[in-house]
Amino acid sequence: MNSNSLVSIADISREEILSLLERARYFEEHPNSKILDGRVVATLFFEPSTRTRLSFETAVNRLGGRIIGFSDPGTSSSAKGETLKDTIKMVSNYADLIVMRHYLEGAARYATEVTDIPIVNAGDGANQHPSQTMLDLYSIYKTQGRLNDLTITMVGDLKYGRTVHSLLMAMKYFKPKFIFVAAKELAMPQEYKDFCDAEGIQYTETTDFSPEVINQSDIIYMTRVQRERFTDPMEYERVKDLYTLHNAMLADSRPNLKILHPLPRVNEIDIDVDDNPKAYYFEQARNGLFARQAIITRALGINPLDTAEK
Amino acid sequence: MSNDKKELAVAALRHGTVIDHIPSSAVFKAVKILGLENTPHAVTIGCNLASAKLGTKGIIKVADLVFDNATLNRIAIIAPSAVVNTIRDYEVVDKRPVALPDTIVGIVRCTNPKCITNNEPMATKFDVIQREPQVEIRCHYCNHTVPGPEAKIL
Repeated sequence: MNSNSLVSIADISREEILSLLERARYFEEHPNSKILDGRVVATLFFEPSTRTRLSFETAVNRLGGRIIGFSDPGTSSSAKGETLKDTIKMVSNYADLIVMRHYLEGAARYATEVTDIPIVNAGDGANQHPSQTMLDLYSIYKTQGRLNDLTITMVGDLKYGRTVHSLLMAMKYFKPKFIFVAAKELAMPQEYKDFCDAEGIQYTETTDFSPEVINQSDIIYMTRVQRERFTDPMEYERVKDLYTLHNAMLADSRPNLKILHPLPRVNEIDIDVDDNPKAYYFEQARNGLFARQAIITRALGINPLDTAEK
Repeated sequence: MSNDKKELAVAALRHGTVIDHIPSSAVFKAVKILGLENTPHAVTIGCNLASAKLGTKGIIKVADLVFDNATLNRIAIIAPSAVVNTIRDYEVVDKRPVALPDTIVGIVRCTNPKCITNNEPMATKFDVIQREPQVEIRCHYCNHTVPGPEAKIL
């Protein structure tokens, strides 16, 4: 068990979150610092995820580290029936850090228990994806200049959306006000509303993606509404366009408003929004690189700010 | 009437353990957790008995066997109200409630089929996140929560 591992955003404190954001800001200014010279990072993708893998691997490459690993479990020994424990133990002999994605929930937590090298969770099923949360926090911090006292509107699939759940939990330190906008079938689960109540976080729930909601938001976090989440296909047809954002809807929105989306987008943000300066989802994805550089260096116990002074 | 029953239940045992105030629905799970399915000792199981506290209750009596606390506390997940009486020469020499530990290792199966614990040869682990009014436990790995009475015993 290595205490620099990052399995869930809930494992780290407010101070650690802020320190990671400072690091991300440093890496945005110095994306090519060669501070991982001689380090080997393993990227083990038991489930394919090109976007996340490329982001992590770019982060390592730009810091001068080397990468081993696999992106298709069909070519790894897990296809022969090797246990996760054995794979992690084997790779631990070679690498200084393991970045892993797995289709099973809890896989990354378990991996931390079988090795002494740090583990970074790059997604475990529907459970946790802390680097996504860090890049969301960094995007909010960067565009708003602060994390405290913001009105954050979450739209779309709030029931199954892992990214909105993690973001909600991470924001507990920063006194947010949430507005949850979703169809009844995809409403925010009770456990997260209980979490808000327990943490004293204000929230309102609505099925109506109205101008009032949009015009009081500092951040609108859009998510994809997936057809397969609905038991009744007619219901999907009825609601799918209610939660689509069009440029005209932003006419009277706050000047500091930014639109976020974890991507990939399908039709929940109309392409006419893309040219609006309030659209931030592509920059948000780019921030993933800096957030991941911050997470990787923290996991390896390297402080870029120390190295920079030498 | 409940006094008679209690007297009968305890008096019938010379040495051993009586576990009382088990919810009726949890009796057979408790038998399984305590490993009594294969014990050579005399076991008496009572179910759906009248109880002022629980409505109906179950009771388990095991002759000539005393359990260690760790074993007994395992049944607190499904029967937090259970009371353990140790009997010696027909006398109750010790009487105490079961105590629910903060973490539960290797007793409960996670109900999430996509949990790593259901797909890898490893021990399960749950954190107790709520004790009142009903026990609730959360998988240490996948974070799924399970109400105590619905816990699947391994």
